[in-house]
Amino acid sequence: MIVALPIAALVSSSRSDGWSGFWSSVSSPEAVAALKLTLVVAALVALTNAVSGTLVAWVLVRDEFPGKSVVNALVDLPFALPTIVAGLVTLALYGPDSPVGIHLAFTRAAIYLVLLFVTLPFVVRTVQPVLLELDRTMEEAARSLGARETAVFFRIVLPNVLPGILSGVAMAFARAVGEIGAIVILSGNLPFRTEVASVYVLEQSQSGNATGAAAVAVLLLAISFAVLLLIGAMRRVATRHERA
Amino acid sequence: MRRLAVRYAALGYLAVVLLAPISMIFWRIEAEGVGKAWSALTEADTVHAFKVTLILAAIAVPLNTIFGVTCALAIVRRRFPGKGLLNAFVDLPLALSPVVVGLSLFLLYGRTGWLGPSINIQVLFALPAMVLATVFVSVPFVAREVVPTLREIGDEQEQAAHTLGASGWQTFWRITLPSIRWAVIYGVVLTTARCLGEYGAVAIVSGGISGRTETATLRVQDYYENLNQAGAYGISLALCGVALVVLAVMTLLKPKEGAA
Repeated sequence: MIVALPIAALVSSSRSDGWSGFWSSVSSPEAVAALKLTLVVAALVALTNAVSGTLVAWVLVRDEFPGKSVVNALVDLPFALPTIVAGLVTLALYGPDSPVGIHLAFTRAAIYLVLLFVTLPFVVRTVQPVLLELDRTMEEAARSLGARETAVFFRIVLPNVLPGILSGVAMAFARAVGEIGAIVILSGNLPFRTEVASVYVLEQSQSGNATGAAAVAVLLLAISFAVLLLIGAMRRVATRHERA
Repeated sequence: MRRLAVRYAALGYLAVVLLAPISMIFWRIEAEGVGKAWSALTEADTVHAFKVTLILAAIAVPLNTIFGVTCALAIVRRRFPGKGLLNAFVDLPLALSPVVVGLSLFLLYGRTGWLGPSINIQVLFALPAMVLATVFVSVPFVAREVVPTLREIGDEQEQAAHTLGASGWQTFWRITLPSIRWAVIYGVVLTTARCLGEYGAVAIVSGGISGRTETATLRVQDYYENLNQAGAYGISLALCGVALVVLAVMTLLKPKEGAA
């Protein structure tokens, strides 16, 4: 009732002007620009997370250093912190009064940076448990056979943690596509320049164009569903490998 | 050598992406003046905004706890048609933009929506719609924490209780609930954090009327747009404090969960 009914209402009202109305709302230049920006930035953020998240997870599992448990806890901070606060502090860091002299306020780079903050935990938290359970005798066997460290990583470790990386990347992508709180203050929401799809939906709905907002929202909904299906499929493939 | 390089690369990344922005709260409050931030925090509308946020959380968290545990039990222990669908719908709010959630509710309860004309109480731009939005976005957390734990503990003990004549209700309170309690608490903590921090869905359905339907996160935006930086950072600091408490509770719960 709580989840399905509102979504049904959304889908039906996006089509209240028929398919042609839906299509003309989605293909309006401003909507297309917003969707394009959203998908490109989200893809970049997801790719960056694939590397940096794996790196952080590796260090948290395989390395020992003082303060590791604090660092481990801090990784979850973006989940606990309201995203609007994340947007505000990123603006403080890279905005007009920046203490480091970098001015990125109201640019696409700022959107990318704040999304890195918001999506940080996803890949780390999906790779970490896999790395913890990984049997290290395989790596030792490879080493004793003369494999170099890079070969051990790319041929033994990486194939094992890849499903974890991919599902983390998919979640990070979905989150980056849908994020609004962190972006709404930071990006300035200039149409065609820094307006992302979620902010476009917010602005259109507040200015009375509910049908146009609903059309883009339905596209975002479809992306979310696709990501969830993809993660489900990957999970099934991964468990099949385990059984075999 | 390489080990150290990897370590400092990871820690350096965390410092730039995570710590540098967060430390800005303190730096900016120092710059704007602690007194100004404090007076913004104690303003009547701000106090009201925090109250609204707490009311939303106080309704959404218990609801989603009961719903999450029920859902997890249904997903793990029962077979029924549409189970895959239920599973997908429980996860959906995690992958879905909160704006889409807000807009859906807006259209459902709006003047031309399916339910809008037939309901006599004010839903949109009032507490009911904000509760619905908050419940929607925080649906998955308890269920997602409880499902793996339920799978892991298996159902031998529950069956044993059954054969000894325990009713379904007794089995749940005496056997199932004690063994999943840490997962439930962990889920509750995550749900609470999500409810307190919700912005996108509530922004659309609440109307953001100061002193009436404004939540703490909307208040941050309100202050920022009215160029009251001290106020925006003051509330941010309070919300950040809550987030740190949440992190501390999560860290304390984790090892216990593993040991149980």
